[in-house]
Amino acid sequence: MRNLAILVGLFVVLGALPVFIQSDVWLNSLIMILFVALLGQAWNILAGYGGQFSFGHAAFFGTGAYGVAVLQVQLGLSPWIGLVVGVAAAGLVAAFIGAVSFRYGLRGSYFALVTLAFAEVLRILSNSVPFTGAGVGILIPLEPGLAHLQFTSKAGYYWLIWAMALAAFLAAWWLNNSRFGARLMAVRDNEDAARALGVSAFRIKLGGIVLSGCFSGLAGVFYAQYYLYLDPGIAYGPAISVESLLVPIVGGIGTLFGPLLGAVTLHILSEITRDIFGDAPGISLAIYGAVLIVIVLFLPRGLAGLGRISARRLLSRRSA
Amino acid sequence: MILSASGVSKSFGGLQAVRDASLDVEPGRIVSLIGPNGAGKTTLFALITGFHLPDAGTVTFDGADITGRAPEEIARLGMVRTFQIVQPFAGQTVRDNIAVGAHLHHAGRREALAKAEEVATRVGLGDRLDMDAASLTVAGRKRLEVAKALATEPKLILLDEVMAGLNPSEVRDVIPIIRAIRDSGITIVLIEHVMQAVMSLSEFTYVLNQGQIIASGSPEEVTRDPAVIEAYLGHGMAEQVAKGAADA
Amino acid sequence: MPDIAILLPSVLNGITTGALYALVALGLTLIYGVLHIINFAHGSLLMLALYGVYFLAVGLGVGPYQALVLMPIAMFAVGYLLQRFVIGKASHARDENILLVTLGLSIVIENLAVYFFRSDTRIVDTPWSFEVVEFLGAFLPLPKVIAFFGALATAAALWVLMTRTELGRAIRAVAKERKGARLVGIDVEHVYAMSFGIGIGCLGIAACLLMPSYYVTPQVGHGFVLIAFTIVVLGGMGSFVGALIGGLIIGVVESLGGLFLGESLGQIGIFAIFILILLFRPTGLLGHKV
Repeated sequence: MRNLAILVGLFVVLGALPVFIQSDVWLNSLIMILFVALLGQAWNILAGYGGQFSFGHAAFFGTGAYGVAVLQVQLGLSPWIGLVVGVAAAGLVAAFIGAVSFRYGLRGSYFALVTLAFAEVLRILSNSVPFTGAGVGILIPLEPGLAHLQFTSKAGYYWLIWAMALAAFLAAWWLNNSRFGARLMAVRDNEDAARALGVSAFRIKLGGIVLSGCFSGLAGVFYAQYYLYLDPGIAYGPAISVESLLVPIVGGIGTLFGPLLGAVTLHILSEITRDIFGDAPGISLAIYGAVLIVIVLFLPRGLAGLGRISARRLLSRRSA
Repeated sequence: MILSASGVSKSFGGLQAVRDASLDVEPGRIVSLIGPNGAGKTTLFALITGFHLPDAGTVTFDGADITGRAPEEIARLGMVRTFQIVQPFAGQTVRDNIAVGAHLHHAGRREALAKAEEVATRVGLGDRLDMDAASLTVAGRKRLEVAKALATEPKLILLDEVMAGLNPSEVRDVIPIIRAIRDSGITIVLIEHVMQAVMSLSEFTYVLNQGQIIASGSPEEVTRDPAVIEAYLGHGMAEQVAKGAADA
Repeated sequence: MPDIAILLPSVLNGITTGALYALVALGLTLIYGVLHIINFAHGSLLMLALYGVYFLAVGLGVGPYQALVLMPIAMFAVGYLLQRFVIGKASHARDENILLVTLGLSIVIENLAVYFFRSDTRIVDTPWSFEVVEFLGAFLPLPKVIAFFGALATAAALWVLMTRTELGRAIRAVAKERKGARLVGIDVEHVYAMSFGIGIGCLGIAACLLMPSYYVTPQVGHGFVLIAFTIVVLGGMGSFVGALIGGLIIGVVESLGGLFLGESLGQIGIFAIFILILLFRPTGLLGHKV
């Protein structure tokens, strides 16, 4: 319950920010942070809570993005319908990949590789198929207005991503406080023991990947509406998959606030990098890669793990 | 009979682990399954609870044929097992561990947690609810195994070597807990090496050796059975023991 | 159904390409077979080796085939050090951690390459880059034919190493039974690092043979990573013969796929195979049962 209070309080503060911050540059930064936090929380649901590390989350992201884009551009439907369809489609892709992988008992590194392969297949397909625009991609016409899920001000987009991120974080909180979440974590920690207690491991894992995929798809919808342009490399390429996993690993995998912590940290890191190295291509990503290595080797619980360790030390010193 | 296994067999590769095993368990009883190491006892448990598919034979529980069904289905029908090598949900608290079992019949998180507390108290873990399961002692972890299974409100529990690794005073502490479980209406089948527990708890015993049931009856009858003595002590020992008893 | 005059060259070309893929996959097979690591950085290390060949040619005038003396050793050193001081440190924890570390390495290597070398395409011109060999009616580029034989030679050399040398015996012992190997006095960390080093050394060979008929950009490794994994998985996670055959199969699949479905869609065949093998026969066509 305390976590919920902190979560809600945090998001109330975040929601109020555009009232005080008018600078487009700042708002853009905040939008990016929340966007990346959403990506990360989506991945965290499957990996941190579910124990399945995916290297191909772009498969869900891209499907959400293409879903909303294609429905608008090729079929002339409202992006609000596109949002629902995009997220549902992402969920379906997740259900398919999950059903196939879990049915055949894929775990660990093999599961990671298979998800990567699926993302690549989708990238190749979207590169070759006319209705996704093939290699050229899709351009969504600029038409500001709520009906078109586009906004004249950055603040509008900020609140959109804010709402999406809130939904994802609430879902993660719910995992910590529900039967589904308890079962998901039980399967993560010991699948056989969970099954011995009546938990259908297959169904739970499937639920986990679908929930995770839906939120990734939601992030895809946002991306499409914010940048108004998509191509196979952006939608299904490795950049999104890597970002999805980097953020929660840095912040603290399996924790509620880890993805937000990771998003903020990586953003600050990239700003510092830009100050030192300018806009030279490659250097900030190289640093991200180094951060990933360092965290995995020395801080496997991420930055949130640091907090827990020091909190425990603090508490034990008090009682001594 | 609440549980019946009939002609169950299983081989892995070339090794016949269980051969034509049959057993019957009356409701409300404590039945034990004993035998030397490697006799196939845990495999038989695994076959009964759906973790392995039998090559032959049937398993009936509470009137229904459960042969070949998935473990989670069988657990939902009311038969659960513990693991010889304890399998806690590491990194989670004792309370959260037990709650997973409680969730089988309690959908709400708060109810499941409350049920977990109640079960923990029954097995003597009430003072360690917020500890990390991985930091429990061996005795504590064994009790956690039992608690998780109990929380599912089963009709029958299969306890796999719940006393292994416990010192004599810990064994003495666990025996009344098991008896209390039976007294609450749950049937118990236990695999045990600790003879003290077998003799004082079980009303009926099956002896498994090299995958086959070689004897069954009350613990007293069974431990006097020459075939059983030979199984544990080796060929020709039954005579030796009998001679020793005659000389004494 | 296109006639044999079109199919045969496509198959033969596929075989020569496949041999190159196999060469890349041989190193990955060794690494997987011994360390049970799925080395995500394999593609970017190949890219590094290709840049090495490029700079040797452009800076020192050393041709790619002459670089065969130098590159494998240099890449071996890189691999040894990486395993000893970076990757090996991750082996204590869960399975995916090593994958994440190698992923991190691939990101670092690739982006440092972008930073230092920029994204321009570099090639190395050799007098025989455009020579062709005629075989059964197909015109096969000479560099690729050389690479084909190079791959066979490397596989043979690896086989000799593994079966006839002291090191090979130690490697096989460690692969089979790590604790037992340690108990008989084998320095397991050293053997792991040697194995990884040899696996990356193979990339040095691959780069020298590949450069004359190919190019290098920082992203060039991407195309090879999943293909190499597919070959390893197809050929059986630890079998060199399997990797060779798997490579040839994949090369042919890619070539025929490109013929029938067009260049980009043709790649799908490879990934489809990868997914299907992982699902249904993870020990590969020739691998031992797990």
